[in-house]
Amino acid sequence: MIGGHRNHPLWLAFALHRVSGLLLSLFLPAHFLVLGLAIDGAEDLDGFLVLTENPVVKLAEFGLVFLLAVHMFGGLRLLALEFLAWSPRQKTYAAASLAGGFFIACGFLLSAGA
Amino acid sequence: MVSGPDGSNSDTHEPPGEMIAVSLWRGQGSSGGLVRYDVPVRDNQTILDIVTHIQRNIDSTLSYRFACRVGMCGSCAMTVNGVPRWTCRTHAGQFTKNGRLTVEPLRNMPIIKDLVADMAPFFDKWQKAEGRFQGKDSRTDDVEPVRPDSPERKTADAGIECINCAICYAACDVVAWNPDYLGPAALNRAWTLMNDIRDTAGGERLRAVSAGDGCHNCHSHQSCMTFCPNDLNPTAAIAGLKRMAVRAVLKGEL
Amino acid sequence: MLDARLFLLQRATAIVMAPLVLIHLAVIIFAVRGGFDAAEILSRTRGSWVWGGFYSLFVIAASVHAAIGLRTIGFETFGGSRRTLDVVTIAVAAVLALLGLRAVFAVVAS
Repeated sequence: MIGGHRNHPLWLAFALHRVSGLLLSLFLPAHFLVLGLAIDGAEDLDGFLVLTENPVVKLAEFGLVFLLAVHMFGGLRLLALEFLAWSPRQKTYAAASLAGGFFIACGFLLSAGA
Repeated sequence: MVSGPDGSNSDTHEPPGEMIAVSLWRGQGSSGGLVRYDVPVRDNQTILDIVTHIQRNIDSTLSYRFACRVGMCGSCAMTVNGVPRWTCRTHAGQFTKNGRLTVEPLRNMPIIKDLVADMAPFFDKWQKAEGRFQGKDSRTDDVEPVRPDSPERKTADAGIECINCAICYAACDVVAWNPDYLGPAALNRAWTLMNDIRDTAGGERLRAVSAGDGCHNCHSHQSCMTFCPNDLNPTAAIAGLKRMAVRAVLKGEL
Repeated sequence: MLDARLFLLQRATAIVMAPLVLIHLAVIIFAVRGGFDAAEILSRTRGSWVWGGFYSLFVIAASVHAAIGLRTIGFETFGGSRRTLDVVTIAVAAVLALLGLRAVFAVVAS
């Protein structure tokens, strides 16, 4: 799957953007349904949010925050590539968007643990 | 050592016995597989030299395509260890891993036989992308001045050294996933023409390259740019077309 | 498969969402301190037209953006005619938008 002509950083940046986009769009309906629990008051939503105390769920949330942040930063790189003057520093920007996503996800973890 | 039929006698430069195990794709159409050949190592040996050695010394039924042997004509591109390469300018030593080498035909095109891919779909897409110059002047008109330092000419110049080798096309996964996608070479050609101030077919061309299978399908993997032997940047050219088409849509012209 | 108009829609929703995502991430990191608490979240959102407008815009942009993205992935993985793709794209966008707006209603207006 990966290898040969795909064995370069910007193809991996694409793969990350695609996988993060796919997982986020699969998460969206679940996210909306959970928030929809509040339609009958805070109790139903709270009943679900208890789950977020579970360390496994916390880790999954870390993953989701990372996916969202990395998809946004990677998307900004693509928007700049497509709409601004060409920059030869695409690999640097791709690495920066990965780092940015990780940074924000770590911020989430620190805040959640506090 | 007797000199080979190709006139070379460079075997004397290497210790006798050192060989490369070359796996070549042999077959017709979609049926075939890798066949192993042992080829003697030589100084400054290119992948094309290796393929030529096999055809002239081991199996004369091997089909492959080449012409200039100096990186001008774009005929000899093949897949070397999974990566598209111009074989006449690729040194074997740099690609041989543990004495092994794999040579296959280019991806994303039908195979005719052995290492020969059918490039007809690739060239058809140049036509589909309106990749031909259409001028307004006849031979009786004066030559239209084109300033070499104008932004349009510089942009066009950045993309005109394409040799139609189809390496970018073979490297492009968007082509692999959507066989109707016009591909990096045709779109790069269209972009150079969109920046040619003498050309008059800009409207039709922009419509052609921004239709369903056109430039907007590009995911900017940048494999085309990564593997282009002439260091061209089709990704940037395609981004230029995307911008131009979006501007035309917003102005109601497309 | 992706023509200039769909491309424009995909990129326009991306541009709209970039600042919304940043604010959303900031809100998440702020809201999670000491664990999620429905009462705390709802006290912020209930009756707030600013958050209502913010998340309604976010939901609509995300629904369109996700539907076009899934269309691309679906086509490149499974193929499909233009007509099928159009139907699926519109259906996905509509379902996401409906679920999303229902969620916004739940946390803002109910």
